[in-house]
Amino acid sequence: MTQLKDKAPLGKVIVITSGKGGVGKTTSAAAIAAALAKRGHKTVVIDFDVGLRNLDMIMGCERRVVFDFINVIQGEARLKQALIRDKRLDTLWILPTSQTRDKDALTQEGVEKVLNELKEQFDYIICDSPAGIERGAQLAMYFADEAVVVTNPEVSSVRDSDRVLGLLASKTKRAESEGTEVKAQVLLTRHDQRRIDAGEMMTIEDVLEILAVPLLGVIPESPAILRASNVGMPVVLDEPSAAGRSYETAVARLLGEDVDMHMEGEKRPGFFSRLFGASA
Amino acid sequence: MSLFGFSLRPRRPKSAQTAKDRLQILLAHERRDGSDGPDYLPMLQADILAVIRKYTKIKEDDVDIRMERNDDISSLEINIEIPSEGPEKSIASALPGRRMKSRG
Ligand SMILES: Nc1ncnc2c1ncn2[C@@H]1O[C@H](COP(=O)(O)OP(=O)(O)OP(=O)(O)O)[C@@H](O)[C@H]1O
Ligand SMILES: [Mg+2]
Repeated sequence: MTQLKDKAPLGKVIVITSGKGGVGKTTSAAAIAAALAKRGHKTVVIDFDVGLRNLDMIMGCERRVVFDFINVIQGEARLKQALIRDKRLDTLWILPTSQTRDKDALTQEGVEKVLNELKEQFDYIICDSPAGIERGAQLAMYFADEAVVVTNPEVSSVRDSDRVLGLLASKTKRAESEGTEVKAQVLLTRHDQRRIDAGEMMTIEDVLEILAVPLLGVIPESPAILRASNVGMPVVLDEPSAAGRSYETAVARLLGEDVDMHMEGEKRPGFFSRLFGASA
Repeated sequence: MSLFGFSLRPRRPKSAQTAKDRLQILLAHERRDGSDGPDYLPMLQADILAVIRKYTKIKEDDVDIRMERNDDISSLEINIEIPSEGPEKSIASALPGRRMKSRG
């Protein structure tokens, strides 16, 4: 990691998206960005949910927002002025969005300009997408190199994820003009083994069979998530928890490390090796 | 501190209380100023830039306005980096950390 310092920043854009609302995008964007920064990668997390700013609260910097993403796009502030440095990690930055404007304030040219400027300074640029598949969500994914599709083991979430996977394959810059693919992986969140055992919730295998994309990780349903949001800490920086460890594992895999996914609280250790043993 | 003769051990505040406190502070500001902070900030910044430029050359990026909202008071921190020219190399920044307090 220290060797990276002299090199040009990586400038990789990763969108956290889902289609369906409330599945854990913002929670995941904050946790993934913080976990990357903890490992020494210079990381910025951007809120694309214009009009419903929430990332600042989850990151605990809500009292320090002066200028935002929209101010920068509209030329009212410089990027440097809108970026908020995290108080806990000096490799982590937040670009908040506007709470008063609407999604029309986002323009493709504006987003591209800001992302290009960020690419010159950051290793990872994490885009927290709004729900839906409209303008805001499309712009959040348009310039992505990779995508994390946050999915709950529940019918409407899986269906929406499928829709979003279709958009990632067609309505992105990579797909449209570069003929390359946005690498998409599923992050299964709010996983509840008890309800799966009771037959009330689809299993990981069920979901993967339907979506047919690689699994990045599994985040358990956990009270630690609510606690972390209450205090404004990404869950990986808060008190140790199963959810925090699961995000760290997901990030290791995002970085291409060959780590085994063992599920927190999972009583059948052989289960994940069965799932991933062959593909790795 | 002792109340009714026994002392209350300092306890970690419950996270729900922290959540409520954070929301109360934030929403009080948002309801008053609109959600994006006082809207005179971009103009204030432009004016500061113009004033400094009467005396020396600085770039737009050299003026940095930071705000921290708190319960009853918000602080505005304005940092202006003035590039050192020629022999006077030591003046790396003027008005370091000068704060303007505004009643909130
Ligand atoms: N693993 C989890 N365990 C328990 N609660 C969770 C978990 N993940 C997310 N939540 C809760 O679910 C709710 C929605 O989470 P979050 O805001 O991250 O979703 P979102 O996808 O960003 O929503 P939106 O579509 O509105 O932007 C929050 O209350 C959050 O605390
Ligand atoms: Mg969100």
